[in-house]
Amino acid sequence: MAVQLLKGNVAFAEAAVRYGLQAYFGYPITPQSEALEHLSGRMLQEGRVFLQAESEVAAINMVYGAACCGVRVMTSTSGPGFSLMTEGLSYIAGSEIPVVVVDMMRGGPGLGNIQPSQADYFLMTKTAGHGDFHPIVLAPASVQELIDSMGLAFALAEKYRTLVIVAGDGSLGQMMESAELPPMQPLPEQRPVWAVTGAKGREPNVITSMYLVAEHLEQVNLRLQAKLAEIRKHEVRFVESQTGDAELLLVAYGTSGRICTSVLRQARQNGLPVGLLRPQTLWPFPEQRLRELAEQVRGVLVVEMSAGQMLEDVEHAVQGRVPVRFHGRTGGMIPMVEDVLSELQALASDLGVTP
Amino acid sequence: MRHQEAIFAGFGGQGVLFAGQLLAYAGMSEGLHVTWIPSYGPEMRGGTANCTVILSEDEIGAPVISHPLSALVFNAPSMEKYAPLVKPGGLLLVNSSLIAARTAREDLRVVYIPASDIATELGNIRIANMVLLGAYVTVTGIVSLDSAKAQLDEHLSDRQRKWLQPNIEALDRGATLAR
Repeated sequence: MAVQLLKGNVAFAEAAVRYGLQAYFGYPITPQSEALEHLSGRMLQEGRVFLQAESEVAAINMVYGAACCGVRVMTSTSGPGFSLMTEGLSYIAGSEIPVVVVDMMRGGPGLGNIQPSQADYFLMTKTAGHGDFHPIVLAPASVQELIDSMGLAFALAEKYRTLVIVAGDGSLGQMMESAELPPMQPLPEQRPVWAVTGAKGREPNVITSMYLVAEHLEQVNLRLQAKLAEIRKHEVRFVESQTGDAELLLVAYGTSGRICTSVLRQARQNGLPVGLLRPQTLWPFPEQRLRELAEQVRGVLVVEMSAGQMLEDVEHAVQGRVPVRFHGRTGGMIPMVEDVLSELQALASDLGVTP
Repeated sequence: MRHQEAIFAGFGGQGVLFAGQLLAYAGMSEGLHVTWIPSYGPEMRGGTANCTVILSEDEIGAPVISHPLSALVFNAPSMEKYAPLVKPGGLLLVNSSLIAARTAREDLRVVYIPASDIATELGNIRIANMVLLGAYVTVTGIVSLDSAKAQLDEHLSDRQRKWLQPNIEALDRGATLAR
């Protein structure tokens, strides 16, 4: 396949088609509506299901239904739509079925605006719905990584029968970048054995999130927690740059993460011993690696397009071993390289880290 | 190392987003890393539009830049906003047909080009974007003028196809004026 100039929203939509998406249900919301526009044509071309629901509440319940039938299914939205979906997401988690959701985050709270943001971190990693569960949350930082994330998202969702969220932001959705799409993959030939496919000649499969007997529901929760423990053990992903001799550590994901690669480059040119940890999974969070790095570095700077959400996970991992500073922009503003750099230099001089 | 950053800014309808995309396509055709990112607020017809394009041999980090190496300004509000932001030693390309003001900055290379007048002369005021793009690639040398032309041929929509030749002439006119 050739390298193309691709807009993030079109790229993830087309990647999903090529990774065998069988049904899409959604409701348009900026800054990810181009995905629906693209899929409305492509899914029909391929003879697959595209449906624009009357709301996000309807869309996520359609996704729930299709997933119960063992169909590869997804939706995509942005903050306000994600909030509406949380009831359905909890049912999906409780029912242990594979679903993929893309959230192109925008400025909030409330209707907010349509500019890029990373303020849905808590929502995606910790409060995607009531009850005890965490979705897997992938955090791509480029259009290419966004494409690759779609393949990974379906694979993980189906492997663990779990909810996977791909966390982007408005700028990743809106930007065009050179990237390569995967070749068209064949659709799965069979529905999974657990799926609701019509019980002719076999015992019915029952998919539910309702267990009225406390002992039963506790067993379900224990099983779910055991699965989450497995995911924690095997699915942590991150990228590390120049941490070998680092005395200062930048921690940032997604768009903030790629901004920090520019910061890192300039700081290194100035001779500052800095490294970067860019989580590619927000849940499970690369807690253990960060704890190890906290033994080595003398200070940490967290950069986010929020008032400090991943910051709490970083602080939890660092456990007070070294100072943790924060630089965040909110309301749809993007951190600027110069500003992060001066924050980093201030941290360096406070800690006596010199080039 | 080959590296350029440009903000294209003007009114909606002046083709600033397309000119930026064409530059990105040309960069990609020459094997560079590229990013193109539009401002995408609640836009309206006649409102301002801008995009940032980065071309680099290196992998691109931040896709938005507070102080770019270059700005191509198509109207007066864009001149007001972006002329002060260009990096010292950078390039400012001004559509002097619509911008009467001259910048007071002396630390920039400034090129004034009556792009809209030239475009009108070529039969379509809307190809002023290609006049400035032709000047931009000539001054910076970040991609060849031929690459821009080839990408124009590739990416001009069917509806706009009849304007291919005037678009190419517009690129040439801008290039000539900038030399």
